[in-house]
Amino acid sequence: MPECRGLGHSVLRKEDPRFLRGQGRYIDDITLPGMLYLDIARSPYAHAKITRIPEVGELGVPGVAAVITGKVLDQYKLAWMPTLMSDQQMVLPIDTVKYQQQEVAAVVATSRYAAADGVAALEGLIEYDPLPVVVDPHEALRPGATKVRDDKESNHIFHWEHGDRDATEKALADADVVVEQAMHLPRIHVASIETCGCVASWNPVEGHLTLYLTTQAPHAIRTVVALVTAHLGLAEHKIRVISPDIGGGFGGKVPVYPGYVIATAASVVTGKPVKWIEDRSENLAADSFARDYHMRARLGAKDGKVTALKLDTVADHGYSDAAANPSKFPAGLFHVATGSYDLEAAHVEVDGVYTNKPPGGIAYRCSFRVTEAVHAIERMVDLLARESGEDPADFRLRNFIPKDRFPYRSALGWEYDSGDYEAALTKAMDMIGYRDLRAEQAEKRARGEFMGLGISSFTEIVGAGPSKTFDILGIKMFDSAEIRIHPTGKAIARFGTKSQGQGHETTYAQIIAEELGIPPEDIAVEEGDTDTAPYGLGTYASRSTPTAGAAASIASRKIREKAKKIAAHLLEADEADLEWEQGRFFVKGSPDRGKTIQDIAFAAYTNHPQGMEAGLEAISYYDPPNLTFPFGSYICCVDIDRGTGEVSIRRFVAVDDCGVRINPMIVEGQIHGGLTMGMAPALMEEISYDADGNIHGGNFTEYLVPTAMETPKWELGETVTPSPHHPIGAKGVGESATVGAPAAIVNAVVDALWHLGVRHVEIPITPQRVWSLLDERGAALYR
Amino acid sequence: MMRFRVAQPPALVDLRRVPGLSGLREENGHLWVGAMTRQAEIEKSGLTRRRYPLLSDAARVIADPVVRNLATVGGNVAHADPGNDLPAVMLAYGATMCAVGYPDRPAPSLSGEGSRSLPLAPEKREIEADDFFTGPFETALGEGEILTGIRIPSPSAGSGGAYAKLERKVGDYAVAAVAIQLRFHGGVIADAGVALTNVGLTAIRAEAAEGALNGSDGGDEALDRAAAAAAAAAEPMADARGSEAYKRAVVRTLTFRAASKAIARARGEAA
Repeated sequence: MPECRGLGHSVLRKEDPRFLRGQGRYIDDITLPGMLYLDIARSPYAHAKITRIPEVGELGVPGVAAVITGKVLDQYKLAWMPTLMSDQQMVLPIDTVKYQQQEVAAVVATSRYAAADGVAALEGLIEYDPLPVVVDPHEALRPGATKVRDDKESNHIFHWEHGDRDATEKALADADVVVEQAMHLPRIHVASIETCGCVASWNPVEGHLTLYLTTQAPHAIRTVVALVTAHLGLAEHKIRVISPDIGGGFGGKVPVYPGYVIATAASVVTGKPVKWIEDRSENLAADSFARDYHMRARLGAKDGKVTALKLDTVADHGYSDAAANPSKFPAGLFHVATGSYDLEAAHVEVDGVYTNKPPGGIAYRCSFRVTEAVHAIERMVDLLARESGEDPADFRLRNFIPKDRFPYRSALGWEYDSGDYEAALTKAMDMIGYRDLRAEQAEKRARGEFMGLGISSFTEIVGAGPSKTFDILGIKMFDSAEIRIHPTGKAIARFGTKSQGQGHETTYAQIIAEELGIPPEDIAVEEGDTDTAPYGLGTYASRSTPTAGAAASIASRKIREKAKKIAAHLLEADEADLEWEQGRFFVKGSPDRGKTIQDIAFAAYTNHPQGMEAGLEAISYYDPPNLTFPFGSYICCVDIDRGTGEVSIRRFVAVDDCGVRINPMIVEGQIHGGLTMGMAPALMEEISYDADGNIHGGNFTEYLVPTAMETPKWELGETVTPSPHHPIGAKGVGESATVGAPAAIVNAVVDALWHLGVRHVEIPITPQRVWSLLDERGAALYR
Repeated sequence: MMRFRVAQPPALVDLRRVPGLSGLREENGHLWVGAMTRQAEIEKSGLTRRRYPLLSDAARVIADPVVRNLATVGGNVAHADPGNDLPAVMLAYGATMCAVGYPDRPAPSLSGEGSRSLPLAPEKREIEADDFFTGPFETALGEGEILTGIRIPSPSAGSGGAYAKLERKVGDYAVAAVAIQLRFHGGVIADAGVALTNVGLTAIRAEAAEGALNGSDGGDEALDRAAAAAAAAAEPMADARGSEAYKRAVVRTLTFRAASKAIARARGEAA
């Protein structure tokens, strides 16, 4: 019987040989005969009326075949497209642009160079009348503010609230300590190394569209395309979406971007395949942003016990609400904001606002606004601890939801599946030597050296989700696995999810290996082709393991049921007398009398019992009974350079609890990457706009993505609290670190400067920002 | 430049097969660095680390390793981007730029027209670093000239130098950087060179800071005076890397730190 490395084995990633040898197949590797190239002219203005777009003949660029405008698309009712949040977004403008770098018109050409030259010529000839611009969302809400959308009453998109307002206000009034703080989580961008793109290939003879697309959710995209093109005669069985290897998604490849639609229209019009690949600046300046929540929080305590949280938020959505949330959640899962603490009451309000900025609001490596929620609660708990005169670690330990209270119903209505927060924080404190570092801090401060310690004890909410509450455009958020065992005992498994680097080809195979005893290397895992994979909602929000991973388990167990019947037939034994050990059924009491899963698979095609259908396969569409709630405690130790304002992370300990770990190496890799992506907005990354709506951060010179040089050594630890409702007890880990890390870093910097009277620092905490705080307090040095 | 269509030259000329433009050697009281010498070569050279620590320091913080493997010393100098690191280094060393070509004529046209009227022998010129950087992306080189190499005076005994740079991330241009070269003569500092990166339209030589160091014993008070003078000499503009006040503060701090290190090296107390 072959060795089976199921759960808990650090199996090397099956997909890595092709990635490491440059043999991955990404969108830009796809070349079809006769393919044309699309490139897009973009607006230099944040708000302007387009007064002239030249005809193709005026460009004088050889190889340019066509110029596509909003007026052209409008003839096919394709100038606008719906967003996931029931708003609408321009594919190409008919007369007005709403943000800088918005698509204005597209060029189709016979080569990529000709297309780029065509766009340069086109951009020089398009004429505009600039209009007033509104950039600040608070400004946008004032009466008389410049209106962003002609088709709307005002710039106010939605008001959403959750929780008990009166109980919260009463608890805050009764508290003996209340802290209040405004904080902004600025716009950031996923900046995946592969930008977005597509190849659209329309076959006019068969009326069939193949779309190779950088998408995290191929099935959902196919359904959306079918719905919005039904009036043009396209039907879902004539649409094939293929998501090949994806070079990083992080939520940025969930939305439908105008370029996809324009390329598709161009292919239909020309009858030829059309490729569109964004460049880096287009990706940063026009694709969906993340965060941009302006929050004001109040947190109260009575007798040292946290009692109530009030959270008011202005959400800057840009010119359209194109957030990628489940339909019923305009502010995502922001109401997990009570975090790891046992509160009496909480109330959360969010107002969405239009501004002259790109649309979006994607869940950047975060399960729908959880990063914002964690930042708010972890900053506030730190503040409250300090204002109560207590160490933030001790304060947390006393206020955590105790482990015997799970499943726990939060003040905002979530049912947390399992947790042991005290164990995670205690472990992190032991690993970093928390008490010793506090002593060192006191000594250093006496010498004029500033160091700080920051904690983040976050609770995540992932795995959307139970179909009673979670849907996207009405499609329930289940996910799927289809497993087929071949006669020789090898297998193929297909999923409705789509890996973007997570390692699904390995981890899904390990789940099946655990359940069926077939080694992971004998199991091919396939995703991303809507013609072959079972329907599913895709990979984002750390949902693959909680949903499709569970489906892999369930489908495997269905196969095992049938395998048992076949084994009974082969062993001429009663099913009830058979026992399973990994990879093999044997007769109870006679361990020598057994059949391996490989023997059984062969029999399923060659010698199956009379009356039983041949074959050995199963499918599962898994609807999770609840979300899963991974958690962890991070502790960060920083040193401040008083001469330059630089923050250096000396130590960072991350204790994560994601339930049962399928592949520890992949889990650790996810945490390493996630911590780096959490550090990035805390210290470096930001997209901002000046008063005219000009973007800052629209290229890699200004958008500071950390490299290995800026990244500290991450020290990882784990606790394991299985999810009680997941078939293998796993919770999902892809996003925990991104969600949890920023608050630990901010808390550490504030801690380092607390004695100077600093109570909050906005992110990104740049050297200049820290130096200004020092300088204002006479604490800057020049040596 | 070409990536953003700022420069759209009709053709690019590959100089890699022109002999004599690359290399690194000490001769006749100076270090000769060929214009085509890769930055990575400077970075890895034991000679520069031992004898020219200011150059060695700077070579290690230009852009990132991938860039340094391709980019040249001459390119960094002749491009004269105020954010480039080597112009300030050359000012602090008092280096000499060696050029060849036709300084008073436009670049020969690619069609060959006019080339017949060129004199047979191109002219060789030597331009002091102080006269070389004339503006942002502008140097004393004529359109018909190329930089062939740089001569850096070999330091005498008791010399030391250092480059201190603050950048937001690896590969970024400096928020500010300071190049310092000095020597001790009779127990006091002499011939100090202090120059600043990315706090003006060109690299800036901070003569008042040099004055504060020269004749001093290199104590902290002298360094404080030099640092304040360097900050005053800076002409920074506010941008994403910082406000004017912040950049001046950084120049002040980095001047103190670079001078401390240069002094420690001059005294043999630091590598």
